[in-house]
Amino acid sequence: MFTYYLDLAARSLRRNLALTVLMIIAIAFGIGASMTTLTVLHVLSNDPIPGNSQNLYFVQLEPRRALGFVPGKEPLEQMTRTDSEALLRAAKADRQVMMTSGNAAVEPQRAGLAPFFADGRWTSTDFFAMFRVPFIAGAPWTADDDTRGTRVAVITSALADKVFGATEVVGRTLRVEGNDLRVIGVIANWRPTPHFYDLNNDTYGKGEQLFVPFSTSRDLKLSRSGSLDCWDDPIGDPLALNVPCVWTQFWVELATVEKAAQYRDYLVSYSLEQLRTGRYGRPPNVRLRNVTEWLDFKGVVPNDVRLQTWVALGFLLVCLVNTVGLLLTKFMRRSAEIGVRRALGASKRSIFIQLLVEAGTIGLVGGLLGLGLAWLGLWAVRHQPADYADLAQLDLPMLAGTFVLAIAASLLAGLLPAWRGCQVTPAIQLKSH
Amino acid sequence: MLHMTDVSKVYRTEMVETHALRDLTLEVKDGEFVAITGPSGSGKTTFLNIAGLLEEHTGGEYRLDGVEVRQLDDRARSRLRNEKIGFVFQSFNLIPDLNLFDNVDVPLRYRGLSRGDRKQRIERALERVGLASRVRHFPAELSGGQQQRVAIARAIAGDPKLLLADEPTGNLDSQMAREVMQLLEELNAQGTLVVIVTHDPEIAARAQRNVHIVDGVASDLERGPSLVRPTRAAAQPVV
Repeated sequence: MFTYYLDLAARSLRRNLALTVLMIIAIAFGIGASMTTLTVLHVLSNDPIPGNSQNLYFVQLEPRRALGFVPGKEPLEQMTRTDSEALLRAAKADRQVMMTSGNAAVEPQRAGLAPFFADGRWTSTDFFAMFRVPFIAGAPWTADDDTRGTRVAVITSALADKVFGATEVVGRTLRVEGNDLRVIGVIANWRPTPHFYDLNNDTYGKGEQLFVPFSTSRDLKLSRSGSLDCWDDPIGDPLALNVPCVWTQFWVELATVEKAAQYRDYLVSYSLEQLRTGRYGRPPNVRLRNVTEWLDFKGVVPNDVRLQTWVALGFLLVCLVNTVGLLLTKFMRRSAEIGVRRALGASKRSIFIQLLVEAGTIGLVGGLLGLGLAWLGLWAVRHQPADYADLAQLDLPMLAGTFVLAIAASLLAGLLPAWRGCQVTPAIQLKSH
Repeated sequence: MLHMTDVSKVYRTEMVETHALRDLTLEVKDGEFVAITGPSGSGKTTFLNIAGLLEEHTGGEYRLDGVEVRQLDDRARSRLRNEKIGFVFQSFNLIPDLNLFDNVDVPLRYRGLSRGDRKQRIERALERVGLASRVRHFPAELSGGQQQRVAIARAIAGDPKLLLADEPTGNLDSQMAREVMQLLEELNAQGTLVVIVTHDPEIAARAQRNVHIVDGVASDLERGPSLVRPTRAAAQPVV
């Protein structure tokens, strides 16, 4: 019967072409606008590390002096180098990593290629395992390398290709800021979106190309980027140990919520200990947020994107309300035919399904057109001056989502008209026809 | 076949209660040709709608081919209507954007028959009404009489036991009306129970039995022997 209903739908749609086109356009514009903004929202609120985002926690401590203390206030977002190194040494979590962002001049060994700056991350060994960084050659450095400040580097395949003209470069020497670093690993062009582990830099940026042990970066005095907050006047180098400045980030991996609770207790006792020694001036104020909570807290999805999504969904609703009205008109005009079909043996249910199939067919065609409009809308987004612009691409789930939304929306719009249609009293229609 | 006992139909609004049928009792047997007559507003159409399961009665008992219809839900009523009843309407009620083949196909679709079975039935029905050569034509391309013949083909394609006709010649000229009546008589001669609602005494006279409805009450009309049409066995098919 479904093919029969489809055939009837096609005939009916051809019969009132103007009305049909009007409904298809209404749905297409609603779907096009909605899918454009939903795709942007989908990309921006993407889980950057599926499967592990619930086990990775961002750590915050409150190391400031008592002056200006307001109970209940959020602690600082970043950590002092002293605290990061202490927590790293304590190794109370399943895995832990300290890091900061930086950039360094890379000197290619290929003729004709000038030195250039590469974005880097100065970090510790667990970074690669915790964040599921995909290696295509070699391996991360070891904890021993972290301790000893070994002159090694992990680079992306794009950087390897640029510097060496090849990606099989493990063991080769990379010249960074006048220092020789041995390449021990090459990773794929990895771009977690959003850039969750450090939101101080581009939230939707392209990521780093160069990874160096944190200790090595300090030994070589590689420059760092990102925010640096100090609460007392630092004497000398603000990046040195025991300086009242925060500029590192610290993440831990904890496999269970029980472990997370234990780690939170540990952070409290650590803070108390620091308070006792006089390093901290405020009572313990710690935070431990997993990736999802951290992204929510930071509000990484811009408010205007959320607003645009709501406006587009509202527009879709308006289009659907119009479609309901048009479908009602269309179906009620066919009361006589419905009456005949009922007299000839169609149940109310058959009529209801027939009319819903017609509404769904309109949705399908509207969805196809809406897909084209969404593609145009995303093309326009990609030409906006926003750091997420190039991410606005329609992926497979959103492509399927377009049709699901279009058909679901049109079926929803068809429910009332189809219900009204199947309630037609055949006796009255047959007499008045 | 059609057995009504004390059937009543009351239309209620907030202000008024209208009794369209009052304790109507009627039994019609297989193979009969019955004309339902009566003045306008007497309840003829209500009777036809209830007999055709297009409306529900409010009181009494109605058994169609042994099935008490009051207990049936919409799906079961629709199935029974589809299998047992064929309708012929005054204004033909063909679906304008379906060709003859597809118009006749409509009741067969709801019966869930196979494609081959449907095709065979459609062709046979159109052949019986003399329109086999025009299967791809649309209703607008036919005369009124031809359209009514298509409606009859649609009504009989599913081999119903009961044919309900509501003023089937009301929109036709006398020549076409005669042809349609001959067709109905032929179908009756072949065993189909025909119940026809009419105002026309000439049409009523061609039925074996006349039931007169006045104020929602039915009674058999006595007729002189000259008005009685020959019985089914004696009737000659006319094409």
